[in-house]
Order: sequence, then C-alpha cells, then structure tokens
Amino acid sequence: MVANIFNKLIHLQNFTSILEKLPYSPPFLFVDTLQHVDENGTEGSYTFPDDSFFYLGHFKQAPVTPGVILTEVMAQIGVVCLGIFLLSDTLTSNIAIAMTGTQVDFYKPVFPGETVTVRSTKEYFRFNKLSCKVEMLNSRGELVCRGTISGMMKPTTHA
Amino acid sequence: MQTKDELITTLKKIVKPYVQDEQAFEHVTEQTDFINDLKINSANLVDIALDVEEEFDIVIDNEAMEQMLTVGSSMDVINKKLAEKA
Repeated sequence: MVANIFNKLIHLQNFTSILEKLPYSPPFLFVDTLQHVDENGTEGSYTFPDDSFFYLGHFKQAPVTPGVILTEVMAQIGVVCLGIFLLSDTLTSNIAIAMTGTQVDFYKPVFPGETVTVRSTKEYFRFNKLSCKVEMLNSRGELVCRGTISGMMKPTTHA
Repeated sequence: MQTKDELITTLKKIVKPYVQDEQAFEHVTEQTDFINDLKINSANLVDIALDVEEEFDIVIDNEAMEQMLTVGSSMDVINKKLAEKA
C-alpha cells in the first residue's frame, strides 16, 4: 500500500519532468496532462481553448480544429513525450527533434473547447528514430484520428 | 550466400521505396551514396537498416549503421554480419 503510493508519487514526478522538458511553448504547446507513460507508449490529454489562434481562420465563421493541429497534438503527446521518457537516462540538457513522417486518417471533427485523449504505442526506437502508432479519442470516447508518426530524437551535448 | 550482383539487386529492392532521385537510382553503382545521390533522408536510412536486418536476418549495430552510407559500404556490412552469423 505504502509502496504503491510511493510508486505513484515517483510516476507523477517523472511525468512533470517530461512536461518540463518539452521544447514547446504557447501557442504551440499541445500537452495538458500525461496520464500514463512507460517504455511502450504514452497516454495524455489536451483541451483546445476557445480562443486558440487557428480558429480565427479555420474556417471563416466556422471554427474547427485543423487536421494538421490534431496531428501535432498526437506527435507531442504520443511521440515527443515518449521520446523524452526513453532518453531520460541520457538526457542531460537538450534534445534535437524533427518530425520525419506522418500517416494519419481522420474520422471526427474537434470543435473549440473539446478535450481529446491521445494514446501511443511504440513500434520501434532505433538509431534515434522513434516510430509510433497513435490514436486520438474525444471526450465521448469516439475515435477522432489514428495513424503512424515518426521522428528523429537525439540528445544534444554542449561543447 | 548471394553473389555480388544478387546482393546489389536485393539491396536495390529494399532501397527503392525511399529513393527521391529516380534518375540516380537507375544508375546505381557501389559508389552511390544514399543521402547525396539518392536524396534519402536520415529517417528513411533507419528504415533501410531495419529492412536489411529483416531481409538478411542480421543485427545492425550503431557502428555498422554509421558505415551504411553507400551501396558498397552497405554490402560490406551485410557480408560481414552474414559471415559473423555463419
């Protein structure tokens, strides 16, 4: 019981350290909370504020979250957070990251104010390339989008 | 063990989906550089290494990965790993 609570505390602390290491800031930070992280995948969520910048133009008078933003949310929660976790042993300072490939299918629109949950499953992390299957669900548990996202992630060392 | 020509053919089959310069691909030699000649990006270079592992049932380590920049050096890596396995 005590050990359980202790493990949970350690987990919470680690998740906070992952969030702190994310190389994004508003208006392009798309991770609110991480519910779960282990070496095989992550689960986290994000709520789209009504005044997010992209709603002004996508679309005129009819705000819908752009697919490219949904893809970014999946990449940040599903791939980048996992990469930071996997590199946490070696991660002394910064990481260089670059998205290298996406294949995403979209099923449901996401409107201003909605909360989405992202789940990722690692396919492989080899030679600095992290590739994950990622899916996004809305607050009703419906599938919003799903696909494969890959990126290169490696620690950068100061001279 | 595959002959040299067979090995190039197998390697070309693996590399083909990732090639961005078709013209360079038509004239592949052992000197052909994956990144500079075939315009393959570093992420797809990883895919090529993983496909090579599967095709030849070998394990590419970091050192071998660093060598796999040209068709010829990849053939050397594959032959070396196959020899170690035998």
